[in-house]
Amino acid sequence: MFVSIMALVTGAVFGVLMQRSEVLRYDRQLGALLLEDMTIVKFMLSAIVVGSVCIYALLGMGLVSLSIKSTVLGTNLVGGVVFGIGWAFLGYCPGTAVGALGEGKVDALVGMIGMVFGAVLFAELYPFTKLSLFSWGNIGKVTMPGFTGTGPWIWIIGLAAVAAGLFFLFERNDL
Amino acid sequence: MYSFEKGQRPLNPYLAGAITGGLVALSVVATGKFFGASTTFARGGAALVNMISPEHGASLDYFAKYPFAVDWQLFFLVGIFIGSLLSSTVNGTFFVDAVPELWRERFGARTWPRLCTAFLGGILVAFGARMAGGCPSGHGLSGMMQLSMSGFVSLAAFFVGGVAMARIIYGRS
Repeated sequence: MFVSIMALVTGAVFGVLMQRSEVLRYDRQLGALLLEDMTIVKFMLSAIVVGSVCIYALLGMGLVSLSIKSTVLGTNLVGGVVFGIGWAFLGYCPGTAVGALGEGKVDALVGMIGMVFGAVLFAELYPFTKLSLFSWGNIGKVTMPGFTGTGPWIWIIGLAAVAAGLFFLFERNDL
Repeated sequence: MYSFEKGQRPLNPYLAGAITGGLVALSVVATGKFFGASTTFARGGAALVNMISPEHGASLDYFAKYPFAVDWQLFFLVGIFIGSLLSSTVNGTFFVDAVPELWRERFGARTWPRLCTAFLGGILVAFGARMAGGCPSGHGLSGMMQLSMSGFVSLAAFFVGGVAMARIIYGRS
């Protein structure tokens, strides 16, 4: 019960933030993919930098544990590119499609129906994608600090520096 | 072109993103849950197949792994919908529309070409996300902030595929 209410409230706050900053918009998403409007990149990088500081600080205090997905280079790369191609056609990702539907966008709803069919197609082809040549590069559940044997804060500072550099470029070029 | 219809200024994306980063951390502390969105569509697919043919649904390994469930992520997505609906209604930006402005300028206002493209895009988005093991929420936000290697690799691949295909669709501007 508590978890469900927290999920609803967390989602609602996230939905308001995405709606108010316009990251739900097709025009913003395609704007980023056409390298003309970096609103969604600013949003994502800010969230990642602040989130990483919070998560690793909380981890240090023993208040949270990480939830890492397996790295399988083949499926991450091939699946990722397939996702990207679909993203350019649809103009929303799974989370933003739900939000875009909330502000009345019918094309997002049709995209969500497509996603359900895409998931069925994936389930039908699962034995093929799981066993075939795509599953190369299975490194397991690793973090960048864990894989390279470095501390997390070096990576977080690096991420923040890259983000700051990009933000400077975006603002200077009015993107 | 990119502005609020009633002349309101949109929320600064740096600020909205920064609050989102804190919101993820809060969610993890309170419930142990990181953001993600694409698993719910896989569970939705399981529900669809089981409705049409339960025997066939039972034969699919992937749906044994991701059966339909009313879980944290489903409530999270319902929350996103409610939040966006409330926000857009309050600030007067809610309107029912099937053809985005950028699309209309390039391909015209007809609804069907846009909806067919969106449907095809949705299929590829879910297929790709399930193959990669996550979407821009799961790999992008949650994965990257945990410094997970799969997050770095997948997010880069999302943008490589997206930037290339957007160029093909819209051409050089």
